[in-house]
Amino acid sequence: MATVDLKDVKKVYPSGVEAVKGVSIAIPDKELCVLVGPSGCGKSTLLRMIAGLETISAGTIAIDGKVVNAIGPTERDIAMVFQNYALYPHMKVYDNMAYGLRNRGTPKDEIDSRVRSTAKVLELSALLDRRPRELSGGQRQRVAMGRAIVRNPKVFLFDEPLSNLDAKLRGQMRIEIKNLQRSLGVTSVYVTHDQLEAMTLADILVVMNAGLVEQTGAPLDVYEKPASTFVASFIGAPPMNLLALTGASPSSVLADGTVIGLVPRQGKAVTLGFRPEDADITFAAEAPAGALALPATVEAVEPVGAESFIHCVAAGSRIVVRVSGRASAKPGDRLRVVARSEKLHWFDQTGKRVD
Amino acid sequence: MGDAWIAREISLSPRVVFPNKILPYLLVAPQLAITLVFFYWPAGQALYQSMLRQDPFGLKSRFVWFANFRKVLADPAYLNSIKVTVMFSLATAIVAMVVALLLAVMAEKAVRGKGLYRTLLIWPYAVAPAIAGMLWLFLFNPSIGSLAYLLRSLGIAWDPLLNGTHAMILLVSAAAWKQISYNFLFFVAGLQAVPKTLIEAAAMDGAGETKRFWTIIFPLLAPTTFFLLVVNTVYALFDTFGIVHAVTGGGPGKTTETLVYKVYNDGFVNLILGDSAAQSVILMAIVIALTAIQFRYVERKVHYG
Ligand SMILES: Nc1ncnc2c1ncn2[C@@H]1O[C@H](COP(=O)(O)OP(=O)(O)O)[C@@H](O)[C@H]1O
Ligand SMILES: [Mg+2]
Repeated sequence: MATVDLKDVKKVYPSGVEAVKGVSIAIPDKELCVLVGPSGCGKSTLLRMIAGLETISAGTIAIDGKVVNAIGPTERDIAMVFQNYALYPHMKVYDNMAYGLRNRGTPKDEIDSRVRSTAKVLELSALLDRRPRELSGGQRQRVAMGRAIVRNPKVFLFDEPLSNLDAKLRGQMRIEIKNLQRSLGVTSVYVTHDQLEAMTLADILVVMNAGLVEQTGAPLDVYEKPASTFVASFIGAPPMNLLALTGASPSSVLADGTVIGLVPRQGKAVTLGFRPEDADITFAAEAPAGALALPATVEAVEPVGAESFIHCVAAGSRIVVRVSGRASAKPGDRLRVVARSEKLHWFDQTGKRVD
Repeated sequence: MGDAWIAREISLSPRVVFPNKILPYLLVAPQLAITLVFFYWPAGQALYQSMLRQDPFGLKSRFVWFANFRKVLADPAYLNSIKVTVMFSLATAIVAMVVALLLAVMAEKAVRGKGLYRTLLIWPYAVAPAIAGMLWLFLFNPSIGSLAYLLRSLGIAWDPLLNGTHAMILLVSAAAWKQISYNFLFFVAGLQAVPKTLIEAAAMDGAGETKRFWTIIFPLLAPTTFFLLVVNTVYALFDTFGIVHAVTGGGPGKTTETLVYKVYNDGFVNLILGDSAAQSVILMAIVIALTAIQFRYVERKVHYG
């Protein structure tokens, strides 16, 4: 078991692309760290540097306190689950799983018992004699997991392992991965662009953007206190509503002149945000004291059963309000969107959070 | 309206349907004519010839059924030629493939100048067989060849004109050299088709470079390798007449007389037409068998994944 420490890690590809621009993350033993961010932000590059598949342009990566910059992937004792699974097509499931153990000279009967017990855990026992092409997507995914687990490596790496599965299977596998990771107690790094996957799996959530870390923390802390407008709009579905404020006025006036109630503006904030579930709608003319009250026009209402999403246009921006049960509004209604002031988030010119 | 309907019908149906009954036959006629005149007719002639025997003066011939085949197959010289051909074909195919694979693996690893490296390696394929043969003949000519000189200075009594083994080595080198480019192209394509993530997965599974090659890359190249094995064997069997003719002429003695070369020797030099025809019929059977193998196993490519 191991800790993983990244110190100011950078990656410049030979083509000149600067994919990772200085990332520091400390992952304690046995924890699952999720790297989340939009496509192209450098998640895979970072993961591949931990794996040893890409050279590290600057900074250090240490596993168990030992810097591994100069150690190749063969000697790092790390297992990785690839997005396309990368199963060896010419080998049976059994041999796919046994390959890593054979390469490390594990005795034959130990290989056999380990492969079989891992297969049992992953419900692959009946498939050991099949070749990858004879398996469904979900089964391939399990074999890829099995191949990683059976080796009992220091660190697990996952690069969007569920993105090729359908929604239902993805939900199942997500829970299964979490349980396996916890019961095996192997330090893991998991890459995804799906914020739901990130929120539910992570012990430590790292939100990345354009080669840099935007925020690191426990998933709910990140959710409740997003460090930037980027994180605010990336984490949470639907994302946080963001409204531009005028630069000059000290009071809470939106950029288009709309006065939004009696909320005192925070510091140098130029953006105001609130989560859909922290807002509500009211048809009352009087705004409640100490709360945001935004005149809005309802555009669409999406009932999804337990809750409804009310899509409105307010001060030229689209905002979403999430209410439980059925919504009392209908398209075309003019109403006020209200949110308590302690539920508001403020961001400055550079997008950083202001408290 | 009729035309429009036909046009729509053609665009909708997966295969083109000719409204005219004769046109399709007219379109394939030239191809059929060429095949008839240049393949079926001579093949039939050879078959017929192979059952004739001429008198020593070439004045009369008589029909002898399979006597020519019996004679040819019992002839020690023919059996020797079979042995020579098998040796030569296998050696040529193996040398050409091993060297090509080695070059392809190295070309894949090259960081710079990949394109130039590949282009240079493909050139020999454009050289005519007889010219390739002459090239090697000059290089290894005992009296003027620079490489022959080198070999002699290394203490090797190099003499392909008298030593049958040396002649065979020279022949295999020349024949293989010509085929390396072709194999190289296929191996490069084959190597590029091996998914990079598989190699990365194997690396993380603790397999070193050599191990990765033998346990992952080489097995995945199997379809390419098998295809090339057939193609190279066919090449060594039938397309190397020019090289044999230029380099050794079947000698010294009959140590490098391949089956194809023997057909030529017996037919055109020794003028034993019946034997020669019987030999060509045997060769034809071999070609048909090899082609069948190729169609059956190679065309239906092995698919993984
Ligand atoms: N082998 C490579 N050579 C050059 N640029 C690359 C390479 N791999 C990725 N990149 C670039 O680096 C950036 C980050 O890529 P990647 O790490 O794959 O992003 P993510 O996994 O977050 O989608 C992208 O701009 C991508 O185009
Ligand atoms: Mg990626």
